[in-house]
Amino acid sequence: MNAFFQRPLRWILRTADTGFLAVLAVVGSTYILLILGLLLADLQFLFPDVAPALKQHGLSAPLRITWDSLWPEAISKAVSSPEIRYSIKLSLITCTVSTILSLVVGIPLGYLLARTSFVGKTLVDAVLDIPIVLPPLVLGLSLLILFQTQLGKWFDGFARHWGGDATFFATIAALLLIGTWLALRLRSMFQRDQWLAGFICSAAILVVVFAAKTATAHRAEFYRLYAGGITFQIPSIVLAQFTVSCAFAARTMRITFEQINPRTESVAMTLGCTRAGAFWRVGLPQARRGIITAASIAWARALGEFGPILVFAGATRMRTEVLPTTVFLELSIGNIEAAVAVSMIMVVAALIVLLIMRAVGIRGNRVV
Amino acid sequence: MIALESIGIRQGCFELSDISFAVEAGSHAVLMGRTGSGKTSLLETICGLRRPTAGKIRLNGVDVTRLPAWARGVAYVPQDRALFGTMTVRDNIGFALQVRRAASAVIRKRVLDLAAFMGIEKLLDRSPNDLSGGEAGRVALARALAPEPDVLLLDEPLAGLDEETADQMIELIESLRSRSSTTILHVTHRRAEAKRLANRIFVLDAGRLRELRSSEIARTPPEAP
Repeated sequence: MNAFFQRPLRWILRTADTGFLAVLAVVGSTYILLILGLLLADLQFLFPDVAPALKQHGLSAPLRITWDSLWPEAISKAVSSPEIRYSIKLSLITCTVSTILSLVVGIPLGYLLARTSFVGKTLVDAVLDIPIVLPPLVLGLSLLILFQTQLGKWFDGFARHWGGDATFFATIAALLLIGTWLALRLRSMFQRDQWLAGFICSAAILVVVFAAKTATAHRAEFYRLYAGGITFQIPSIVLAQFTVSCAFAARTMRITFEQINPRTESVAMTLGCTRAGAFWRVGLPQARRGIITAASIAWARALGEFGPILVFAGATRMRTEVLPTTVFLELSIGNIEAAVAVSMIMVVAALIVLLIMRAVGIRGNRVV
Repeated sequence: MIALESIGIRQGCFELSDISFAVEAGSHAVLMGRTGSGKTSLLETICGLRRPTAGKIRLNGVDVTRLPAWARGVAYVPQDRALFGTMTVRDNIGFALQVRRAASAVIRKRVLDLAAFMGIEKLLDRSPNDLSGGEAGRVALARALAPEPDVLLLDEPLAGLDEETADQMIELIESLRSRSSTTILHVTHRRAEAKRLANRIFVLDAGRLRELRSSEIARTPPEAP
């Protein structure tokens, strides 16, 4: 009996391991194929002529078809529409601002959670998870309710009067700080004969000076931003985006600092640095990749944020319309082509963020 | 000179109590003990990176118990060297002087002197991440010596080195002693290293510190090499 079963048994044992991996691969690939299928379907919808052209001409298709005729009208129409142009500009600006704010708050928060222990640390950690698990619409509704409370109304009034000034001076101060830092680096670069780096640094200083001049020239714009208060105005978009992306940024920075050897900062302290000095000179430079990843995640999340913005900022065309809102509005009037075209813009932006992350940022779980 | 008076350290369930010893200026003391006996914690307390629950620390007669690490004048070379990976070797060594805003000419000269002493001139413009164990140890030592500290704490400086490199390191530390009056406290679990370098040998055992007399050194095995 034994001899009869030995051949098939040995075959099963040999292929069992391969079989196991094959099953895992099949299960996993269904999801990969789903995502790829979504992207390809979108592309097919936008470029309906490509597939038949490929079928007709085969591999020589790139030589036969005229690319102009393929470019879908939908995208040209979308990009030339003033509403969508406004939406793109607003998205870019608000996402960048909320990403910067998320980093400014997320880096200290991540550092504290990673390096120190304090009363209530577990609570803070749990609170950081809330914006991630809370349904986006609920987050937006909560923001709206917050601004109906006494505190919220007070803050709204405060923003109307002082928001413009505060933002303007904060921007100028930030630009001055960056400029000073760049100037100091420039000096040390030239001391070490790093001419190319110094050249780039000089260019950066010029950009900062130009930005400061533009900001000053457009001072009135800062005031107009806050004239209507916060709710249902542009500042509410930044607040809604910040509320969500900061949680992601703080989480990423915490993981980053946890992976950086704290002994390097300890040694820096024995060599004469205060804790702040050790953080600035030794900890932060090591966190470079983590910061880029945190910024990418925060930016991507802010770009895709829809629920909170819809509830808290509203969906007013040419005022509080960001890209996801555009998709929603175009869909709601039945203009599917425009909706898909705008979606593709966001897909391209997401892919660029992905590229940056993979090139410069965290790989898997390794940060440094 | 290092003097500990009834130092107590606690972390979780780990505890050291009533640790006292005094090491004269310019001498070389070795601290031995089993893994987990608290040698590194004691070093960190002397550095100022960890707060003792009791007792006083005096460095060169000054009570430094309440002073932060950057005010104590103690240099520390941890077991994993902890080199600053985002800077070149040159910047690592010159770090302490840069923090004190010394003139760049002064920094350059000191870095070159130390690099010549350690035999690492060729490594100055390399990244610390590419160095071998022995090279990293020398860079870490040079970095610690740059601010001319009164006290030098070494945590297993020969860890992970092959015999030849370890011998070179021992020679470096010996020549260091003849060159300056830095007090050295050195943690190791190798008896040969302790015997060769130390004026005095202490053992940390079950939360207590005691000094080994010269007759005991040959017999007692605090830790197998």
